[in-house]
Amino acid sequence: MQIQSGKSRSRWGTWLFVGMAGAALFSLAVMPTAAQAPAYKAPRTKDGKPNLNGIWQALNEANWDLRPHAASQGPVYSLGAAYSAPAGLGVVEGGEIPYKPEAAAKQKENYANRLKLDPEIKCYMGGVPRSTYMPYPFQIVQGTDTIMIVYEYAGAVRVVNMKAPTKAPADSWMGWSNGRWEGESLVVDVTSLNDQTWFDRAGNWHSDALHVIERYTAIGPDALQYEATIDDPKVFTRQWKISMPLYRRLEKNAQILEYKCVEFAEEVLYGHLRKQPIQGKGDSK
Amino acid sequence: MKRLIVGSRMAPIAIVALMLAPVFAHAQVTAKPAAAAKAWTMPRTPDGHADLQGVYSNAQTIPVARPANLGSKEFYTEADRIASAQAAAARAGRTAANDPEGGALAVHYDTSQFGLGGPTVKRAASLRTSIITGPEGRVPALTPEAQKRGADRRAFQQEHQWDSAQTRPLGERCITWGFEGPPMMPVGYNSTLQIVQGQGTVAILQEMIHDVRIIPTDGRPHAPSVIRPWMGDSRGHWEGDTLVVETINYNPQVTIQGGIVSDAAKVTERFTRIDADTVQYQFTVDDPKTFVKPFSGEYNMIHIDGPIYEYACHEANYGMANNLSGARATEKK
Repeated sequence: MQIQSGKSRSRWGTWLFVGMAGAALFSLAVMPTAAQAPAYKAPRTKDGKPNLNGIWQALNEANWDLRPHAASQGPVYSLGAAYSAPAGLGVVEGGEIPYKPEAAAKQKENYANRLKLDPEIKCYMGGVPRSTYMPYPFQIVQGTDTIMIVYEYAGAVRVVNMKAPTKAPADSWMGWSNGRWEGESLVVDVTSLNDQTWFDRAGNWHSDALHVIERYTAIGPDALQYEATIDDPKVFTRQWKISMPLYRRLEKNAQILEYKCVEFAEEVLYGHLRKQPIQGKGDSK
Repeated sequence: MKRLIVGSRMAPIAIVALMLAPVFAHAQVTAKPAAAAKAWTMPRTPDGHADLQGVYSNAQTIPVARPANLGSKEFYTEADRIASAQAAAARAGRTAANDPEGGALAVHYDTSQFGLGGPTVKRAASLRTSIITGPEGRVPALTPEAQKRGADRRAFQQEHQWDSAQTRPLGERCITWGFEGPPMMPVGYNSTLQIVQGQGTVAILQEMIHDVRIIPTDGRPHAPSVIRPWMGDSRGHWEGDTLVVETINYNPQVTIQGGIVSDAAKVTERFTRIDADTVQYQFTVDDPKTFVKPFSGEYNMIHIDGPIYEYACHEANYGMANNLSGARATEKK
């Protein structure tokens, strides 16, 4: 801004001060629970951190398509209404994923060939952030220096290092997670993810340059707000963000059960190499 | 890591052979000087339990079963240990002299990468002669019923081993290697695990096939017995500073120490931190339909810096498709 006289400078200064103070008050009120959520202070663990221990699950249509979408026919006709996609309002801020043009084309190709290509069908580990909103529970086991996030689907697991950040020894399916507490939020910086996972069943995809910053913030005794900022300069024109609530599984004695799932993917992966085809295994073409 | 079994189905056998090779001599690598034993107090989690958390190696210097020539001798003496170390050093010297390339092993495996080389893997020092404790020091005999179970499976596999993925061994399918337990046994490579304690839960991540054991410690009952996980259904409780874990309801395809488990299988494990770097691990296997009597074992796991690597076994299981397409090609000949 251009300031022309001492008088106007002081007036500007006053407005600036009022504005900054207002902004500070506003951010104080809103910051701790990150945008959508009302202020809530989570119960604490014995070492004073927000207690995020528990079994959590998304309850939305994001795994079908992160973007707003109408209901649509599923890819396996014989499964009819049982494996078709329900409509969803979408979890992407602004609704659109900012693909580069050629990357947008690849998503369409992925979608057309999803029955062959979707790593979920093959029981491959879901990656980040997809593992969070797949239709299975996951458990946060909150140690002091290490937080383990254990997913029912494919028995995938992440070890979140809460000490000084470390570097990944290699790329992996579930990536490398360095975490920290920011007020009420657990913030996890995830790097070194490989390029084999998708974001959803609609073929939304990423490269190995994916960088995800997650925020887990309690918004009530039985709900977390989950946000993931997604950056991948090879695929997207800018950063983008998804957010959704996660809900605590309240069933008495809820536990992560075993869904190793290799057993259920072998036929789709290796069935063509069988000695004797399975009779009546349903249409998969 | 999956690479190890790609292209050679013999590789796992070679690994097992390596495991059985006497590695007792490496005990001195991690044997602590007496001074380290001074004042140590049990670290505690914020909620007051003994703190078992950390990354550990459960690779061992000792075999599962006691060598027959040792009879009922459960522990080596310190003199035994020194003699064994000297003998091993002499053997190593001879190998190096005869084979400047580093021995036959080096031709096939990068031993440091796969954690096969004794000195590259941290192992808890031990004077035990075997992991299985007691005067016999070995896994008891199988019941006739369990022998039949095993024979039936072998006969089926003999006939159908190349039919489909579903008839291949569980390890090759990346379902379970059979070492993950419980009881958790040293594998020969990737014998590392990480323990995290949350509220009402202890989680144990084993590097082998990224298997996580979630052990509730809040006193809840077992899940319904119709649910039979590959690693069974575990419940834990604290007895003083010892974490005691009881596991039942194993998947009926699971094998524990050579016996295909029955629906009566129960394994009890005890985890006790005994110094800054060491967790003592004890277990008892009780499956009266499978073994003629219960048996127990014990070893120490030792702290390592880590990290645990992601073992994406199924995701890179090229060996499965290769083996089956090989079998189909052979049939056409």
